[in-house]
Amino acid sequence: MTNPNNATISTVYTAEFTSGHALQIPTLRILQDDGSIYPGAEVPQLDQATALKMYDSMQFIRILDERMLAAQRQGRISFYMQCLGEEAATVGSAAALDDKDMIMAQYREQGALRYRGFSLEQFMNQLFSNEKDLGKGRQMPVHYGSKDIYYMTISSPLGTQIPQASGYAYAQKLRGLKNTTICYFGEGAASEGDFHAGLNMAAVHKAPVLFFCRNNGYAISTPANEQFKGDGIACRGVGYGIKAIRVDGADILAVYKATQMARDYALEHEEPILIESIAYRLGAHSSSDDPSGYRSKEEEELWRKNDPISRYRLWLVKQGWLNEEEDKAKSDALRQEILDALKVAEKVAKPGIEHLMSDVYETPIPLLNEQLEELKAHIRKYPDAYPVTAGRFE
Amino acid sequence: MAKMNMLQAINNALDLAMAKDDGVLCFGEDVGHFGGVFRATSKLQEKYGKARCFNTPLTEQGIAGFANGMAAQGMKPVAEIQFADYIFPAFDQIVNETAKFRYRSGNEFNVGGLVFRTPYGGGIAGGHYHSQSPEAYFAHTPGLKIVVPRDPAQAKGLLLAAINCPDPVIFFEPKKLYRASVGEVSEEYYEIPLGKAEVLQQGKDVTVLAWGAQMEIIQKAVDMAQAEGISCEVIDLRSIQPWDVDTVAESVMKTGRLVINHEAPLTGGFAAEIASTIQKKCFLHLESPIERVCGLDIPYPLALEKEYVPDHLKTYEAIKRSVNF
Repeated sequence: MTNPNNATISTVYTAEFTSGHALQIPTLRILQDDGSIYPGAEVPQLDQATALKMYDSMQFIRILDERMLAAQRQGRISFYMQCLGEEAATVGSAAALDDKDMIMAQYREQGALRYRGFSLEQFMNQLFSNEKDLGKGRQMPVHYGSKDIYYMTISSPLGTQIPQASGYAYAQKLRGLKNTTICYFGEGAASEGDFHAGLNMAAVHKAPVLFFCRNNGYAISTPANEQFKGDGIACRGVGYGIKAIRVDGADILAVYKATQMARDYALEHEEPILIESIAYRLGAHSSSDDPSGYRSKEEEELWRKNDPISRYRLWLVKQGWLNEEEDKAKSDALRQEILDALKVAEKVAKPGIEHLMSDVYETPIPLLNEQLEELKAHIRKYPDAYPVTAGRFE
Repeated sequence: MAKMNMLQAINNALDLAMAKDDGVLCFGEDVGHFGGVFRATSKLQEKYGKARCFNTPLTEQGIAGFANGMAAQGMKPVAEIQFADYIFPAFDQIVNETAKFRYRSGNEFNVGGLVFRTPYGGGIAGGHYHSQSPEAYFAHTPGLKIVVPRDPAQAKGLLLAAINCPDPVIFFEPKKLYRASVGEVSEEYYEIPLGKAEVLQQGKDVTVLAWGAQMEIIQKAVDMAQAEGISCEVIDLRSIQPWDVDTVAESVMKTGRLVINHEAPLTGGFAAEIASTIQKKCFLHLESPIERVCGLDIPYPLALEKEYVPDHLKTYEAIKRSVNF
């Protein structure tokens, strides 16, 4: 039986396997560690303002992560996840998009969120699950989301956003919007069934979605070589009939270039694209994780030399767009600003008791109203046991 | 005897099971070298090799399907789902495959010996994706046995019985108690029979029933009630399916009253099944309506977790309502 999608399928008369490694996808690199450009590489079109906004977003996330991990260690927030080492991958890709392209992230893409314009106060309100949090204090720290800036609220279960992104992008196409959806996920999440479902659906229905796989080497403790045996994730796109590209995820110019090209192609041809970014997860999986149980300091050091921010900084200085002294002063000021914002957010009250029941349905069903009234009566009786809500309702 | 927390007791049970039978295997996400994110499988790979204790790719449906295949071949896979909240990609494999393997083949094939271990429940500031108690979904599926231990010694004996059980078992571990619950545990191999509830305290006025992490909550409520002269009988159900109707019915015929507590939402929770069966079996003995103290009918919250949970105060109030009806 011939493949109906491929009229030119060839025939052989001797049995021979095609190797599982027949397809080797190269890695796009533009920016070298010393801030110079690889010979033969082309710098993408980038104006100074955009280039600096990208840099500021990376720096912001680096410092926020450092500060908030410390806050978690001090017991001020319950949980945290760093983006350390992946700032270029998340910022560079977001920078190549239109502000109205939908972002469907996994949970480590605060770089993209910051580039989109999520404010320091918004970060803090979510992290402290206070009453100003857009998500009404319902999800663990780092589960951000904002309709205003086209950033879909994070869901912890892995890979669920992948087929959703295909559907969202398909709907954008049907609506005639000139916008795409970018879908971030890790190489671990690419093992979930939703990955296969999502890519295949997007390919079959020609959804203009950008699948952005952050291959950072580890899914919690599981190294990539125990996660899959093929050549990374990019080659899988080809199996679904999807164009794919692999980039050095610590090279922001390469990430920007690849995403820009992918976006243009996806919208012009109404097709999905798979981007695989390779950038080591320099931090722990989360504040609940300790990588010393599964990888060596030496290995981490090796990758630390690959730092995405320092090489981009060197390039910006070479361009004459960044002054190192001013940059340092700005970082110091940012540290203080973050600390101040933290102190404000942690004093803001938690959401009121009515937000236990709101949003379960569009309008609370009678059962929920009844349970809320019972709960209020109970709290009135034992106010000391429920200090967050006691005394805050009629 | 040795002092162990619940994780150590589970680890010890797995160790003994793997030593006893080379058909017993442990696998799941991060289960191998690292020993699991909670370290329940710590050192097992070192001791029994990578073929019998290993990491899997990050795919719960893959883990469950792989376990089904392995069990069908006659092995005894103990598959870990990292959080019960993440068991749902495996729902099809468990509900349509694991549960029906024996029945649909006329007993030509079966997956007895298969155990899914998974941490469940709240109290760890985990929000709705690290706190759920999904036992009722599985209790609604004939063919699965469901077990929830309350302390280290129970966890060890019940897990060993689950591994040795000719039917597939879902073993829900109360993660809040993993390190918090410490007790004396025999280092020997022993099993605690599945399907048997345990009466932990005799009483005459009201029966108070729960399982898993809620046992310590109801005990606190019972202590408050006892201080006011209410005599409570305390039962740990231990197995959700099959559940020990006789022990519960016998108790309720004596006390005439029943309070059931679980952390999962009220509607469709397993307390509804118990209440329905007990009102039929004990109708003429009941002195008051059966009380259910459960989670609210909402997704498990974060900032307002205290308000959501069926805590000791809500249980105490229910005991008083039941007795003063």
